[in-house]
Amino acid sequence: MKDIIIIGGGVIGCGIARELARYQADITVLERGNDVSVGTSKANSGIVHGGYDAKPDTLKAKYNVAGNAMFDELSRELDFPFRRNGSMVLCFDEKQIDGLTELLNRGLKNGVKDMYIVKGNAEVKKLEPYVSDNVVAALVVPTGGIVSPYEMTVAYAENAAVNGVEFRFLSEVTSVKKDKDGFTVTCADGYTERAKIVINAAGVYADVINNMVCKRKLNIVARKGDYVLMDKTCGYLADHTMFQLPTKMGKGVLVTPTTHGNILVGPTATDVDDKDDVNTTADELNEAFAKASLTVPSLARRNIITQFSGLRAHLDLDDFVVGESEVQGFYNVAGIESPGLSAAPAIAVDVALNVANKLGLKQKPHFEAKRKGIPQFSKLSNTEREKLIDQNPLYGKIVCRCEVVTEGEIVDSIRRPVGAKDLDGVKRRTRAGMGRCQAGFCTPRIMEIIARELGLDMADVTKRGGETNVVVGKTK
Amino acid sequence: MRNINLVIVGGGPAGLAAAKAAYDAGERDILILEREAELGGILNQCIHNGFGLHTFKEELTGPEYAARYITEVINRNICYKLNATVIDVSNSKVVTYVSAEDGLVQLQAKAIILACGCRERPRGAINIAGMRGAGVFSAGTAQKLVNIDGYLPGKEVVILGSGDIGLIMARRMTFEGAHVSAVVELMPYSSGLNRNIVQCLNDFDIPLYFSHTVVDIKGKDRVEGVVIAQVDEKLQPIKSTERLIPCDTLLLSVGLLPENELAKNAEVQLSNTTGGAVVDENLMTNVDGVFECGNVLHVHDLVDFVSAESENAGKCAVDYINGIAPCRDKTVISCTNGVRYCVPTVLNRDEHYAPQSFKMRVANVFKKVELAVLADGVKIYGRKRPVVAPGEMENITLTAEQMQTLKQAKTVEITLIKGEVK
Repeated sequence: MKDIIIIGGGVIGCGIARELARYQADITVLERGNDVSVGTSKANSGIVHGGYDAKPDTLKAKYNVAGNAMFDELSRELDFPFRRNGSMVLCFDEKQIDGLTELLNRGLKNGVKDMYIVKGNAEVKKLEPYVSDNVVAALVVPTGGIVSPYEMTVAYAENAAVNGVEFRFLSEVTSVKKDKDGFTVTCADGYTERAKIVINAAGVYADVINNMVCKRKLNIVARKGDYVLMDKTCGYLADHTMFQLPTKMGKGVLVTPTTHGNILVGPTATDVDDKDDVNTTADELNEAFAKASLTVPSLARRNIITQFSGLRAHLDLDDFVVGESEVQGFYNVAGIESPGLSAAPAIAVDVALNVANKLGLKQKPHFEAKRKGIPQFSKLSNTEREKLIDQNPLYGKIVCRCEVVTEGEIVDSIRRPVGAKDLDGVKRRTRAGMGRCQAGFCTPRIMEIIARELGLDMADVTKRGGETNVVVGKTK
Repeated sequence: MRNINLVIVGGGPAGLAAAKAAYDAGERDILILEREAELGGILNQCIHNGFGLHTFKEELTGPEYAARYITEVINRNICYKLNATVIDVSNSKVVTYVSAEDGLVQLQAKAIILACGCRERPRGAINIAGMRGAGVFSAGTAQKLVNIDGYLPGKEVVILGSGDIGLIMARRMTFEGAHVSAVVELMPYSSGLNRNIVQCLNDFDIPLYFSHTVVDIKGKDRVEGVVIAQVDEKLQPIKSTERLIPCDTLLLSVGLLPENELAKNAEVQLSNTTGGAVVDENLMTNVDGVFECGNVLHVHDLVDFVSAESENAGKCAVDYINGIAPCRDKTVISCTNGVRYCVPTVLNRDEHYAPQSFKMRVANVFKKVELAVLADGVKIYGRKRPVVAPGEMENITLTAEQMQTLKQAKTVEITLIKGEVK
């Protein structure tokens, strides 16, 4: 019997796993996908919100502001990309400037510091030279930041694994049954395990899991958001994460730099019935791009690298659901849509503490808090590169030429704890395939490496596990 | 830092031909840097024949054509490094490469020939909406998987783009037992060689739909189908014409983009039209001693032209190394009336008069036209063509005498006379 089963290997599940790994406990994370960070955690804006947007006295507000403050130290400790670039909310209409003041006041209530409003297009342009001439004012939030959400999730997962947490993949939970001593959790492949505590961090499926156990039902609607990713050559167009003040036309879209130097634009918002529907549509792409052009008019379509969409776990309760449910030992961490990513570090610490207290867990005498990420060849100096190649010649073989990713990094990404097993896993950990040729060049090479490292035939190499084999078989 | 007279970035057909010519022009301090495990470049995966009709009067396969030039390089004992990727070329001609064997190495070159080839335009760059199932490949990637790795990308195939790679892969996949149900082309004409339409599509009864595009991709884990639609004169999809073609694979042959990242690092001026460098008739860029040839300069359709162009680059690079000073006075060649671009892009107003080849592409299909070169508005050369098309590169060779007239003219224009749009 396990002490704790965590359902869901996204940023929340992996964050809680890592924080619980500080204690002496038997912990298993069950993830339906082939890897961590394959749901909402890999397809979002990557924003660490300042915290002015959430309604005061909600969990969203509390965890957002608390989480935001944790990113500097956490990103250093776990070695994932994070930058406190500052956010701005742009106002395009003189009559709406009160809207900015309202956000500022809400921020103050929530404990957000250092915000201020700038008035006049010229003043805004001092901060963002490429912003539209139509911007009349802006709320500036210096505590806003950007993060690589999937690298953060992978970092959490690796650190949890190194400290003893077990991860099981392709493990979709089909039933959770409560009895006197705990829970019986069963997965689609027949795997069954018992645990004293179950933590539901199942993202868009958190309602399905909750409803297996609790009388109080939850209903999560998958709200899809489409994004457009621009080439790094556009990186100079934005330094702050720029939001548009919502108008009667609806919520605007953001234009933000990413931690890797691209520009990200979006998201749209469309409710979908299918919780796996990450379809992008032409209309939504056009909508995202058109709205973003209102902020930065010089965005050009020819610089688009790719589009993707992610699903928000939208709970119409207007707030996160975090904590022990009506069923003893069954914890919910549900409805984690925006500002979920920003809130994750604080939620993880809180839930872990809660559960640890409930079980009376003792701290581990040796918890390895620090995690060193994969050395990024493209970011090193020539001297550092030489040293790296000297230690391991595989760092001298460039596999992804667009992002300058070496075989050494790819092999590392596969061999690490909670290592990559498929193309997307390699991509998320190393950036191989994220460049302007979108893996056209490196796909066969990465397949060869995965096949070699995992002892597979190339025909068994998948895009993201399951039935997503890249090729259908050998040629005649 | 080691000094090298001539560094050639890329050991494909362009780099090999340039090396051969440089050697034959007297240069001995040459180094080819090739990122793959073999010389030959993209030809290594082009196992179909049809290469070398002009150069060798034979129909060779890609690897055979490459082998001819590899032999020339080896016979001349020209130095080359394999598995060596150039990661930087600076404006001061310092070339930085990495390899497992040598680590990170910097070389100070006197002259550099960029022969880096091109990359394929991916799905994301043309915004095809839809699901993210496995089974979407750019045609070149599929070609590598089939021809080099020996794996079949899929069984039921639709191909977007009637460029040569798409056409070749239509035939290739059919040979391997796949069923290619359609080639879909956005424009009202193909961008590929006519002989490929005949030999790859017509011969296999593969339908080709002009003025159509793919608007949606279905299938969660694996492609299950694509939705195609007809497009209007503005190339916008017409919703009422949408229809689903079931398939498990979509190959994209939607454009080649010259790979000029290194050129950008070196502050080489690029042309917006070709995507390659702006070069003079010596194939030298605006950076003294940096040359371009082959697909990195502009996308070719016949490797024979790549070889000829690259041999010129090799020879001119040696001239530069031997002290022939670059000319600062240049005339920009203007391309008009349907001529989309011309290489060289600029002419040196010097007194070096020699036969010169001009390569160009037109912007549309034109019938019964005359390709003409005008010096100060006066036609000094004309060649009548029954048809010209964007997919077929045109080659004009001027005599030394004609070059003298051009170099002394105030304006130089390459144009189409009496054009009729198809």
